[in-house]
Amino acid sequence: MSQAIVIGISDYKLAKGPEVLVTYALGSCVGVCLYDKVTKVGGLSHIMLPDSTNFSNKDINRKKFADTAIVDLVDEMKRAGCGNNRIVAKIAGGAQMFEVQPGSKLGAIGERNILCVKQVLSQLRIPILAEDTGLNFGRTQYFDLATGIMKIQSLNRRIEEF
Amino acid sequence: MFENYDELNEMQIDMLREIGNIGAGNAATALATILDEKVDMSVPSVRITGFDEAVANLGGAETMTVAVLVNFSGDAHGMIMFLLNVEDAKSIMDILVGEDDGEEGLSEMKISGIKEIGNILASSYVNAISALTGLTIEVSVPYVAIDMVGALMSVPIIEFGAIGDKLMFIEENFLGETNDLKSNMIMFAEINTLKTIMQKLGLEI
Repeated sequence: MSQAIVIGISDYKLAKGPEVLVTYALGSCVGVCLYDKVTKVGGLSHIMLPDSTNFSNKDINRKKFADTAIVDLVDEMKRAGCGNNRIVAKIAGGAQMFEVQPGSKLGAIGERNILCVKQVLSQLRIPILAEDTGLNFGRTQYFDLATGIMKIQSLNRRIEEF
Repeated sequence: MFENYDELNEMQIDMLREIGNIGAGNAATALATILDEKVDMSVPSVRITGFDEAVANLGGAETMTVAVLVNFSGDAHGMIMFLLNVEDAKSIMDILVGEDDGEEGLSEMKISGIKEIGNILASSYVNAISALTGLTIEVSVPYVAIDMVGALMSVPIIEFGAIGDKLMFIEENFLGETNDLKSNMIMFAEINTLKTIMQKLGLEI
């Protein structure tokens, strides 16, 4: 396997099969894989926060938020020739890393990230084919653009394919 | 007046380093008492870095790490994390219990012991800042997790990285001399808290 293309926190990248995309150690962040199997063009977005609208008066990094990053990545994929209704999604992350008291905003952020990602994908009519989300552990997410398979690696679980 | 962490000037950074020195100095004394051995503390680093760089500096995103997290609130808002590798966490607990239980990894009992140590250190840190500034600061109960350091760090990154693309934290390394035990303490604070502390200490902001 050639070197995987690494996506950092609050970043996304797109590439084409047979490239592999990877984002390391997702905690409460959510990794969104988007794929068009005809062109084998896909993208991976490492989303940190749900909603950019609370920060709209600032100079924001659009790759940080679910509502802006996913829309921008989809636009770029379309410009790269992906068909409008061929793009599908696989998502991972959104864990609650520490067992905090119920109701704490610290505990809820992973869940809010997942909810918002799903909402944005639904608005864009992009189906979610697989997800490995929530719970309480970190995940490294690989996305193989030759096959569209998402692989998740964790410390206490064997590698799982989605 | 700064609105982002990367707008802090040299004088302000010096003051944060001094705050780290005082807070972590108190925490190191507590750790030395717990371990009953001499604990050396590094000169505090005030790190203003991108998110990925912050994680890379802690040994790389996938490094398995034990983390105790404590939030503080009241007149000052922030978070303290006490980080160490599994081996050192185990050694610390072996020293405290007085024997090596021969188990691989960390038992529930040892994890809970490490959580309590993190709690004591974080409270010592916060108490020192409180005494220095006169601010009333409350600390939360401690939370513990063992996972990839990148995943653990996502919690403060999300909390303090919403505005801007830089993170600020004050970091100190502790080294227990007799048994070569390494651990690491990092403190994050909200921008407004940095302003409050600096004002209390008479620094123009």
